Amino acid sequence: MVRYLAPLVIFVVMAGFLYYGLSLNPQDVPSPLVGKPAPQFELSQLHQTEQMISRDSNLGKVWLLNVWASWCVSCRQEHPVLMQLARSGEVPIYGLNYKDERDAAINWLQDFGNPYVMSAHDYNGRVGVDYGVYGVPETYVIDKQGVIRHKHTGPVSPQALKETILPLVRELKG
Amino acid sequence: MKKILVLALLCLSLPLAYQAQAKEAEYIGGEPEIHARVMGVSEELRCLVCQGQSLADSNSDFAVDMRGQIQEMMETGMNDREVVDFMVQRYGDYVRYRPPFNATTFLLWFGPFILLGVGIAVLYTNVLRRRKQIEEVPLTEEEHRRAAELLEEGSGENKA
Repeated sequence: MVRYLAPLVIFVVMAGFLYYGLSLNPQDVPSPLVGKPAPQFELSQLHQTEQMISRDSNLGKVWLLNVWASWCVSCRQEHPVLMQLARSGEVPIYGLNYKDERDAAINWLQDFGNPYVMSAHDYNGRVGVDYGVYGVPETYVIDKQGVIRHKHTGPVSPQALKETILPLVRELKG
Repeated sequence: MKKILVLALLCLSLPLAYQAQAKEAEYIGGEPEIHARVMGVSEELRCLVCQGQSLADSNSDFAVDMRGQIQEMMETGMNDREVVDFMVQRYGDYVRYRPPFNATTFLLWFGPFILLGVGIAVLYTNVLRRRKQIEEVPLTEEEHRRAAELLEEGSGENKA
């Protein structure tokens, strides 16, 4: 009996693992930064060049850091979701404008709308590297102590917002 | 024989030639010495956008940027180890092509050997069990006679 059942059991276990593997997203590389303080940065604002924006200016509040660029196609896909979130006023969204020309970025916001409280201009992408950015868009949830609590790679879908990001934001706000 | 040897050598040298060419194509300026180190470290790091390739193999924007960044860091005097650590801090162990040995990668490193051990153990117990099942039955008088007859017959034929 055992000698006939054993191959079946092995097959079922392997099929289970492989099926689970199919449902994983290979682009979703777990970030080692989750649970660690968000890297420090100090960049000029996109709209007001002479004004600086830094991580510490947001200490004490829960906020989202959304990495975007005018050349990024999937950013357009998530843009309506961000616009709606901004209108709801549930959580402030700050932009990290990644490797982008200032004029192009400002025009893009004019055309599609600006969901950001403000955007930092990361022209050479150095701050992006500190945050482990490899594919735009990416979104970070940062808590009151300046610690990264969640990273979302790729466009934010209404579902991801509703099921993951917003519940976490509410919990962090306390 | 000589021809085969030459052919084999040529086949072996093919990947070398390919590698040399691949590296040459990506020279992005700077001291040759630093460039060599940049390429060395890039081979150890994964291009996160094109995950099957190393930073050295890929010409995606991400890989080109990263090589530029690595070169800059080396020019400021960081050694190879520090550069790799810098990347791992930001992108995680996944960025390394050669995974480090730790609790989560234990199975990755030792899984094949464990499987080999299990296979040998199963084989050994099976052979042992079979050996016990084989019982030696002594031949009867009749069978001895018959065997001797057959042998006789065989040797006769051989002579003929």
